[in-house]
Amino acid sequence: MSATATSSQAQSASFGGLQARAGSVMNPARIAIRNLDFFYGDHRALKGINLDLPDRQVTGMIGPSGCGKSTLLRVLNRMYDLYPGQRATGEVMMDDANIIDPKLDLNALRARVGMVFQKPTPFPMSIFDNIAFGVKLHEKLSKSAMEERVEWSLTRAALWGEVKDRLHSSAMGLSGGQQQRLCIARTIAVRPEVILLDEPTSALDPISTLKIEELIDELKHDFSIVIVTHNMQQAARCADQVAFFYLGEMVECAPAGQIFTAPKQKRTQEYVTGRFG
Amino acid sequence: MADTSEHLVKSYDTQLNRLRDMLTEMGGIVESQVALAAEAIMNRDSAAATRAVEEDPKVDALEREVEQFVIQLLALRQPMAGDLRRIVAALKITGDLERIGDYAANVAKRSIVLAQYTLPYSLAGLGHMADLVQEQLKSIIDALGAHDTEKAIEVWRSDRVVDDIYNALFRELITYMMEDPRNITPCTHLLFIAKNLERIGDHTTNIAETVYYAVEGEVIPDARPKGDTSAYAVIRPKE
Repeated sequence: MSATATSSQAQSASFGGLQARAGSVMNPARIAIRNLDFFYGDHRALKGINLDLPDRQVTGMIGPSGCGKSTLLRVLNRMYDLYPGQRATGEVMMDDANIIDPKLDLNALRARVGMVFQKPTPFPMSIFDNIAFGVKLHEKLSKSAMEERVEWSLTRAALWGEVKDRLHSSAMGLSGGQQQRLCIARTIAVRPEVILLDEPTSALDPISTLKIEELIDELKHDFSIVIVTHNMQQAARCADQVAFFYLGEMVECAPAGQIFTAPKQKRTQEYVTGRFG
Repeated sequence: MADTSEHLVKSYDTQLNRLRDMLTEMGGIVESQVALAAEAIMNRDSAAATRAVEEDPKVDALEREVEQFVIQLLALRQPMAGDLRRIVAALKITGDLERIGDYAANVAKRSIVLAQYTLPYSLAGLGHMADLVQEQLKSIIDALGAHDTEKAIEVWRSDRVVDDIYNALFRELITYMMEDPRNITPCTHLLFIAKNLERIGDHTTNIAETVYYAVEGEVIPDARPKGDTSAYAVIRPKE
């Protein structure tokens, strides 16, 4: 199955004249994935994926464990390069560059496509340095410009108010939710275009989770966001479009309002209603 | 997309089945109310009329029960896709059924008054309308239980006929009233009875639309059949 997400699919189901979800029209693609295959050695983990990740909108990826959604996320910033025997074929186009082209400059790519992981991963250093560290790899900033950048990213990550008086104490002293927002601040500090979130709230309590979701809503005005989540309600709350993966294939991609009210494919229907997974 | 497969959480299936059973039970009572009301008019049977009215509190109680249950399911199960559509549909259908019950009770009450008059004309048209409405109601309750969208569409289309009979009856009754003012009281009751039957048809159509949406995930792809035109039967509005 190779359903391609295009704007023609951006019709949401209406019931009683009510539009299922506002903003269900998809923006043009920031990243366009075409005929993407991915292999762990001989195992073909992604099969002919075609998917557009719209600019400044949130794409949610759902599916049972092992369906390929995290693999796809790892392709998007070439995380798999670290492991021999893993390779991708096809096209993952961001402007004119194919992300999976081995000649592509990885550092430049990762400045454009940032990633936040499931467990908060602050560096064992101060809050300030956690953010400055990544920026220094890509840019030479004066002291005052760096201070400005740190404040900007912490503010955008909705953390500034909570940490502004202890910027130079250790990041390890923050709560889990604060640490995760720090990781998001660190990611946006290098001003990427795309942010990848791999189950960013699965280790957090409900309130911290809502803060991250609010943050995602805020950040999508400036960044294209891809979120992998096991929590269907979270995908429903955050995502503009949702792609459902199963056994390495993308079964269906549609506006969230459609996927969760009237999915087209039987497999999607069964998964989102809790009939398998 | 009718799912026959089961949820991983079995108690969820049990609850969805219970919701469906509550609706069919409610549908059954409402069906019998309409049948009793029709019998009451056609056979001047005031005992049937009383029974139709007495069923009403049961229907109201079931409606409240369905509403409460739906709210619980929404809060506790956070249903998605087909389940969500079915649960929201139940909430809408319970409202339609309750209204149908009300209309049936009203028809029954009027039939008691009507029994005191000698009518100089046949009630065949009204009887035909009552039969059609009952048939539709029965079909839609079957369709509801079986997630049968073909049947739902059939019911949805057949509402046209009920509307046509209603419009004809409207003209006929007006003629009787113009012929002899003594006809005004019984004919006014008959008009309301016809209107109530026509409204029952409309709510049945609503249920058909809801069943279709719940099962297919989209609205019935046709334009809705045009209903009651009696508003313009005597004088047309100025263009």
